[in-house]
Amino acid sequence: MPSVKMTGHLYRFFPQLKDQIITVPAGSVAEILLAINEIAPGFTDYVLDEHGALRRHVNISINDNIVIDKIKLSDRTPDDGTVYIFQSLSGG
Amino acid sequence: MSDTILPKMILLGTRKGTIIFDRINAKWLPRPIAHAGIPVCYAARDPRDGTLWASLDHGHWGPKLSRSRDGGKTWDDITSLKYPKGARYIVKYLPTPDFNPESPSANPEYADATVLKIWNITFGNADHPYRLYAGTIPGGLFVSDDGGDSWELNRPLWNHESRGGDLFAGDATSVNLWNGTPASIDYGIFEPGIHSIIVDPRDPNHMHIAVSTAGVIETTDGGQSWHSRNQGMLNDYMPNPESEWCHDPHFVTSCPSQPDYLWQQNHFGVFYSDDGAKSWKKVSIPDVGVNFGFPIAADANDGRTAWVVPARADAERMAIDGGLFVARTSDGGQTWQTFRDGLPQENAYDIVLRHALDASGDCLCFGSTSGNAYLSEDRGETWQCLGNNFPPIYSVRFG
Repeated sequence: MPSVKMTGHLYRFFPQLKDQIITVPAGSVAEILLAINEIAPGFTDYVLDEHGALRRHVNISINDNIVIDKIKLSDRTPDDGTVYIFQSLSGG
Repeated sequence: MSDTILPKMILLGTRKGTIIFDRINAKWLPRPIAHAGIPVCYAARDPRDGTLWASLDHGHWGPKLSRSRDGGKTWDDITSLKYPKGARYIVKYLPTPDFNPESPSANPEYADATVLKIWNITFGNADHPYRLYAGTIPGGLFVSDDGGDSWELNRPLWNHESRGGDLFAGDATSVNLWNGTPASIDYGIFEPGIHSIIVDPRDPNHMHIAVSTAGVIETTDGGQSWHSRNQGMLNDYMPNPESEWCHDPHFVTSCPSQPDYLWQQNHFGVFYSDDGAKSWKKVSIPDVGVNFGFPIAADANDGRTAWVVPARADAERMAIDGGLFVARTSDGGQTWQTFRDGLPQENAYDIVLRHALDASGDCLCFGSTSGNAYLSEDRGETWQCLGNNFPPIYSVRFG
């Protein structure tokens, strides 16, 4: 099953995810985020807007590849892949 | 002055979090910052039940409301304020040199609405104890009737003919007359925002809102229908300065005990209404410095009394001649007195944003984007400094 790693900034809002090894069923990035939302209700409200698109200043990659579809998050994760959720570098 | 008329709390919404001052032993003392590191564009206390509210302007994670029901000890984020599926708006673009807001594109482009900023939180009347209002960029008014747990977009305003009509149903049926606010440019767009919401204390179905950039809009039927209230307004940057729409109120407020008296600090001056916004009169006196600025505060009891913190218009947006001052009128804007005692008079480059001045009884407080906060306990005549090293201050509200 793919594993998920994320910026520690999100632990501030979802402390239940801290220090956890998060594994979820393989699928699209959208499906993986929904699976995390099951563990941490409200999670998708922080990384997606109300249309399900990735927020402007959030990046997701599958292994070393930044996801291409930021609107529907249809990129698929292989079974042995790792999904990374970052904040973009912005602001000051 | 007796303690009974003094507010007990001041809330600052700042670039780096919420700062609450308590009045203890006749001194205003700040608590450690809440929401540390998160921009807070508005913070206020609900006088009905003491709930504290902060509007978080997360750079990365989307705007959120935060609510404290224990006086600020703990806060919970609320994520339920969202545009419904199908909510769209007509995309606006930054004006170009040949831009004519009265002749927008014949082929409008649409965008799906996303909450970009929750600019204002306003509390309902005592007879609607669980009602709250929120004004947003890109221009939606949201209403909650359960103390903020759930929110609903006011569709008659969103679908107003001045915004192109019901875009849930299909293409625009009228011309969009709402323009963008520069406050939206941080989000990469140029869209309108609702920054002022006034509920008539006598009648909860009677409200005024103000939109940058559209103007003042009124409902008398609880939000089922809305009508522009911009007669007498002047927009110097319009081909027709007296246009019905396209006005740029920076902030609008009313006298709580005489709600037919409304005050407006507009991009193009200070305006006053003594007839419930049916008509406005420009009451700026540039010779004493009263013209441009962002905030305005009305007296609680006397509709003819208001305060402003003037600034140099509009390409500079900072204190006039390096000296910070507050101006007060007590005759409906016919004359203004300026007060400088306790405020810096040299090398001050402060600008006070639209939500960053408040009045409560004889007390006034304001904060600037330079991180300075000042308090008066004598109706603005003398000032004491609450601190000079705060983050940029976006809002100041007594609680």
